[in-house]
Amino acid sequence: MSEFSALSEAVIKGDIQTAVAETQTALDAGSNVQDIVDKGLIAAMDQVGEKFSTGQMFVPQMLRSAKTMQECMKLIKPLFEEGQLSAKGKVVIGTVRQDLHDIGKNLVAMMMEGAGFSITDLGVDVSPKDFTQKAQEVGADIVAMSALLSTTMPAMRETIEALQEAGIRDKVKVMIGGAPVTENFASEIKADSYAPDAGSAVIAAKKLLGIS
Amino acid sequence: MIIVGEKINTSRKSIAAAVEAQDVDFISEVAREQAEAGAHYIDVNAGTFLDKEVGYLCWLVEVVQNAVDLPLCLDSPNPKALAEAIKHHKGEPMINSISLEKERYEALLPVVTDRPCRVVALCMAETSMPNTVEERVQAGAQLINKLTNEGIPLEKIYLDPLVQPVSVDTGMGTAVLGAIQSIMNDLPGVNTICGLSNISFGLPMRSLINRNFLALCMNSGLSAAILDPTDKQLMATLLSTDMLLGRDEYCENFIEAYQSGHISGLS
Repeated sequence: MSEFSALSEAVIKGDIQTAVAETQTALDAGSNVQDIVDKGLIAAMDQVGEKFSTGQMFVPQMLRSAKTMQECMKLIKPLFEEGQLSAKGKVVIGTVRQDLHDIGKNLVAMMMEGAGFSITDLGVDVSPKDFTQKAQEVGADIVAMSALLSTTMPAMRETIEALQEAGIRDKVKVMIGGAPVTENFASEIKADSYAPDAGSAVIAAKKLLGIS
Repeated sequence: MIIVGEKINTSRKSIAAAVEAQDVDFISEVAREQAEAGAHYIDVNAGTFLDKEVGYLCWLVEVVQNAVDLPLCLDSPNPKALAEAIKHHKGEPMINSISLEKERYEALLPVVTDRPCRVVALCMAETSMPNTVEERVQAGAQLINKLTNEGIPLEKIYLDPLVQPVSVDTGMGTAVLGAIQSIMNDLPGVNTICGLSNISFGLPMRSLINRNFLALCMNSGLSAAILDPTDKQLMATLLSTDMLLGRDEYCENFIEAYQSGHISGLS
C-alpha cells in the first residue's frame, strides 16, 4: 500500500472533496510533491484508464476522476516552478482539418493529462500546418490526431506528410484514433500507433515513448 | 414513424467483407430482412472504404434496389459519393446529409436540387458541433430557410438534431429532446430524424438506453429514426410508444407485429 492510497482511492471514486483534503494533508505532512503526483494522482488515473479499457468503469466515472485529479493539481501546481513538474512527454493533440468532432479527442487528452503527459490541445479543424508548427514550437514527443468522418481521415496522412516536410517526422511519434479509423489505416499512412479508446491511448503513448 | 434501416453500413465487419467480395446474395438478404421488419428506407453507407467508396456505394444502390422495392437513404459525408450514387437510384432517395459547413453545403446543393429527393440536414453551425437546444434550433432554422429558398419542400427536409453522448454531458439528452420539440412546434410540416446509439456511448446497457431514448424522442415529436428494424426489442419500443401516443388505431400495428413475431420483450 502506498502512503497515498487514500488519495488514490478518492481519485478513482471521483470524490473531489476527499481527494483535495488528502492532497492538502499530504502537503502539510511535508510529503514530496512529485511523489504525491506520481504515486497518488497518476497511479490512480492509471487504474482508471485500465478499468475503463476493460469495461469496469464508464465514461462519466472517468471524467469525474479526471476532474478530481485536476482539482488536486490546483493545490500542487503553484508549488512547482514552470517546467519543473516532470512530464512523461509532450503531446500535441487535435481533431484534423474540417472535422468538428471533439468528444473522443477530449477524452483522450484528459486521460493523457491524467497519466502525466503535458498536453497541448489544438481543438478541432486543425490543419496539417498547425499541427506541425505547434509540434515544433513545443518540441512534441507525440502528435495525436482524431477524425470522426471518413472524409477527414485523409487529413491524417497529409499531417504526417507535413511533419515529414518540416523535417520532424523522426522526432515525433504519431498516434491516431476516431470511430472510422482502423489499425490498417494507421499502418497504411505510417502512423506509429492506433488507439480505439482513451484508456488504450494512454497505454499506446507510454509504449511509444518506452515508459512503463 | 418513418424507419430507416441502418444495417448496410461498411463500418460493420460483415457488411464490409460482403461489399469487398461483391456478395450480392448477402447484401440482398440484409436488405430484405430490414424491409420485412418494417423499414421504409434502406440506408447504404460505404464510407469506410475511402478511395473506393464511390464505386462501392453505387454498387450497393443497384444491389439493394434489385432486392427490395424501397427507396434508399444514401449515406455519406462525401458529396462526390452522393452525387454519383443518386444517379443509380430509382425513385426518390433520402440524401444523408447536408449541413451548414460551407464546403459540404456548396458541393451538395446541386445534388439535392437536381432531382426530387429527401434531405437529411444536420443541426450544426458552420464551425462547431451544437451543445444547446438553441444552437440546434438556430442551425435547423437556417438550413430550412436556405433549402426551401432553393425550392426543396419543407416536408422533404429531415432535420437531424445530432445526438451526442449523455455520458459526457448529462444535458445532451434534453438538448436533443428540446430541439425536436421546438422544431416540430415552430415549423409544422418539417421532419426530424436521428440515430440513437450515440446517446449511450461510454455507458453500460446501451441498447436499453437507446430504446428509452427512442421513446422520449417520439414523445417529443420525432418523425423518423435511423435504426435496426430487425432488433425486436427496439421495434417493440417503437410500436408500443406509437400506440401509447394514440397513433395506432385499435392497437393494430402493435398487435400485428406481436402476432407475426416481429417484436419481442425478450432479448
